[in-house]
Amino acid sequence: MAGHRVVGKAHRKIDAVAKVTGATMFADDLTFPRMLYCKLLRSTEPHAKIIRIDTSAAERLDGVIAVLTGKDLPIPFGILPVSQDEHALCLDKVRFIGDPVAAVAATSEETATAALDLIKVEYEPLRAIASAEDALAHPEPRIHDYGDSGNLHKLIDLEFGDVEQGFAEADLVREDVFFFEGNTHLPMEQHAAVATWSPDGKVTLWSSTQTPHYVHRALAKVLELPPARIRVIATPNGGGFGGKSDPFNHEIVVAKLAMITGRPVKITLTREEVFYCHRGRHPTLMWVKTGVKKDGAITGMHFRSLLDGGGYGSYGVASTYYTGALQTVTYNVPRYRFQGARAFTNKPPCGPKRGHGTPQPRFGLEVHIDKIAEQLKLDPADLRLRTLVPPNSLTANYLRVGSMGLGACIEKVVEGSGWKKKFRKLPEGRGVGLACSSYISGAGLPVYWNNMPHSGVQLRCDRGGGVTVFCGSTEIGQGSDSVLAYVVAEVLGVDPFEIAVVTADTDLTPVDLGSYSSRVTLMTGNAAIQAAERAREILALHASKKLEVPGDRLVFASGRVFDAQDPERGMTFAETVQLAEAAEGTIGTVGSYTPPRSAGKYRGAGVGPSPAYSYSACVAEVDVDAATGIVRVPTIWIAHDVGRCINAAAVIGQVEGSIYMGLGEALMEEMAYRGDLKVIHKIPSLLEYKSPTTLEMCDVVTYLIEDPDPNGPFGAKEVGQGPLLPVMPAVANAVYDAVGVRVDEIPVTPEKVLKALRRKEKGEEGRVGPSSFPDIPWPDATRVPPPWEGGDGKAVQVVPA
Amino acid sequence: MVTITLTVNGERAEVAFAPHKTLLEVLREDLNLTGTKHGCELGECGTCTVLLDETPVLSCLVLGLACEGRRVKTVEGMAQGGRLHPLQETFADLGAAQCGYCTPAFLLAAEALLVTNPKPTRDEIKDALAGNLCRCTGYIKIYEAVELAAARMRGEKAEPTRESLYGRP
Repeated sequence: MAGHRVVGKAHRKIDAVAKVTGATMFADDLTFPRMLYCKLLRSTEPHAKIIRIDTSAAERLDGVIAVLTGKDLPIPFGILPVSQDEHALCLDKVRFIGDPVAAVAATSEETATAALDLIKVEYEPLRAIASAEDALAHPEPRIHDYGDSGNLHKLIDLEFGDVEQGFAEADLVREDVFFFEGNTHLPMEQHAAVATWSPDGKVTLWSSTQTPHYVHRALAKVLELPPARIRVIATPNGGGFGGKSDPFNHEIVVAKLAMITGRPVKITLTREEVFYCHRGRHPTLMWVKTGVKKDGAITGMHFRSLLDGGGYGSYGVASTYYTGALQTVTYNVPRYRFQGARAFTNKPPCGPKRGHGTPQPRFGLEVHIDKIAEQLKLDPADLRLRTLVPPNSLTANYLRVGSMGLGACIEKVVEGSGWKKKFRKLPEGRGVGLACSSYISGAGLPVYWNNMPHSGVQLRCDRGGGVTVFCGSTEIGQGSDSVLAYVVAEVLGVDPFEIAVVTADTDLTPVDLGSYSSRVTLMTGNAAIQAAERAREILALHASKKLEVPGDRLVFASGRVFDAQDPERGMTFAETVQLAEAAEGTIGTVGSYTPPRSAGKYRGAGVGPSPAYSYSACVAEVDVDAATGIVRVPTIWIAHDVGRCINAAAVIGQVEGSIYMGLGEALMEEMAYRGDLKVIHKIPSLLEYKSPTTLEMCDVVTYLIEDPDPNGPFGAKEVGQGPLLPVMPAVANAVYDAVGVRVDEIPVTPEKVLKALRRKEKGEEGRVGPSSFPDIPWPDATRVPPPWEGGDGKAVQVVPA
Repeated sequence: MVTITLTVNGERAEVAFAPHKTLLEVLREDLNLTGTKHGCELGECGTCTVLLDETPVLSCLVLGLACEGRRVKTVEGMAQGGRLHPLQETFADLGAAQCGYCTPAFLLAAEALLVTNPKPTRDEIKDALAGNLCRCTGYIKIYEAVELAAARMRGEKAEPTRESLYGRP
């Protein structure tokens, strides 16, 4: 990139050598002398009262050191302040098969496992709630004693302008219903955690978590310890994808076991248990109604979603808002209404998976638009290009769009894929589909309300020329440690591989909220730039005096500080640090980042605002075998507006990884349960939970659109999640182009394709998908006039009739 | 406890362990070679792949006792004399390791492929690696890294393509 020495180039990640030599220490790789092994006894009932637990036989087993039950950890916790509904071990009832009820610490894993068999739990079964529809139909028995109504955890009704008026002005009004099945993150590393206790009253936890700061807060709350006596270290995550973003019961349990035994305690979940931790994609039923003019201009949109939340709150309130938040940032929607509901059910809790709450509505919206384009006899790419949200604008729901490269993205994939020659023109069985999307580069608000920065960095310059960057961010494979090094290297003109990066340790590093919501590059990047610029200022002051060169003429590059007009006149970076240190003492600076204030002031306005939105456009080409229903995807073309690459190779890696994960969701991945009220997980294994291998993965052609955003570090926006979003609708739209049937449900499995083909053959509608959206007791709508109707972002008072 | 002698990464090792232990557990727990990872311990994901007598095996499905007198190679044995194996170099340069958890297994499976097939086609690489799951990369950077390392191991001067690192213009 012009003017930059590090930013924009392709680099190794700073931890690449550790990763390829097996030197990276993941949580389960840690062992300590006298370490105990923890196992959790999990509920065999989906919904039941716990009548009694008898642990006496387990406690007597040779090698068992401690046994815990719910009463030992009675304080509730949860990621969101509004849903503190989890206990480290179930207190009085269980809410899904797999909910932990007791924990054992023993001298070996085998002994701990054997002890679990000796624990007797007496349950009084309650009727289980098997689905969101079941929750609607059965407000009793309540899974939780809180929530908006019966077994409905959250109900939302937001209206931005009069959508009915919008429909009245339309040339075409279309309604569709879609379903997106739940799926899970499936990181290759099973969650693991190790805790130690020191008799001076300090607990230390190493854990494969994406959010050490939130784990720190949960431990302090449940263990009733001062936060200053708790140290949480996030080990490098062997894949996260959102699945390690909640504080987890097993983390609290090993910390408590370490406290009471005085010994290190480790837990490593089995693959089956990882399925019970879940926090994955919410199964979501959606209804969308849109009014459009003949040219495709949207006059109004009404979107409803019903989420199956599983047994606990997790991030679910935010997830529910997210199913309605980002519809407005791609195509211009002048009037918009969103109604969302989240149900509690007796399944492993859902939460944030890559794209958090937005892939489901994006799937619905992009297929809906494909159908509208067909009805209007418009090319779906052209329709989208005509209705784009302009850059630097405010949406109906008060999201502030900055840079907006979606038009360029669409043009790239249309040209690259040969769209115009293929769409509706390929032979039967082969088809192309297009879809677009957008995603946040970090959330505008933190998970818990506070006025402090979202990301902090400390920076230290060593007299030997080394630089150390300290930041609470968590490396989950996306390259967040490396981003810190590249950004600081760019500002200070040193080699990124000579920068030491210390991250994700609550004793050593300033708070960063964690690796979620695609926030890390933008927020830690900006914080690191601020810290590095402050350091450069100090160094420049002293270099300027010594070299007798005005400060603004000094260049920091190639490990030197020199005069731009006379590059020979300069000194090494190390000499500059020595000069400054002699004059001022230790050279250290701090930087921090807080997102801009949201424009929306209504209740619910906290979900959706972001410092910058990324954009993606995708064309998928498919082969559909009409005899088997099997869909093969040879190629996906993806263009992603990343603002600016910090490390181009890492950006490409995130795009390809997103396409892969989206392809799995599109075609095969699903959290499936047996269809009775036992709500047993059908497939808690890597063999039965189908995910793409090398044999299913498609070719990917990637185009990076660089349209720097003023809020991003060097203009960078997110890339870790956004490119996943358009894959599912692009594949579904391509299946329609190939064989003329609509599968309005994700995943698009061979069974569904065959069923739709059979219906079409019989002269019925060639479609598989939900037919209706149920009645839901919506609350009174929060009415917020959009900006162009004189709104100021606040809700208007509605006088009851 | 049982005691066996085997060759691990070229060195003779004598190790005592409980007889039910798998090779995976012996490597990680008794030989302290934690570079070998696990994703399921049921033979489903390929994450624990090591080379047993030069052949990729799932170490979670091999009993330690079955390894008496045999040669085991793990990721710790790939770099020699402080220098990375060509596959390790290209995996690092192309970003074929993201979280890095499945990486040791992919490296060893790829090394075994290149020993028998120094110039594999893309489809042959896919076949050889089909038993290994990766959730981060979408496999593409892994194929490219294997191809680049193979070319270098054949003595060719090969560099990553611009498209591979920066996308298509």
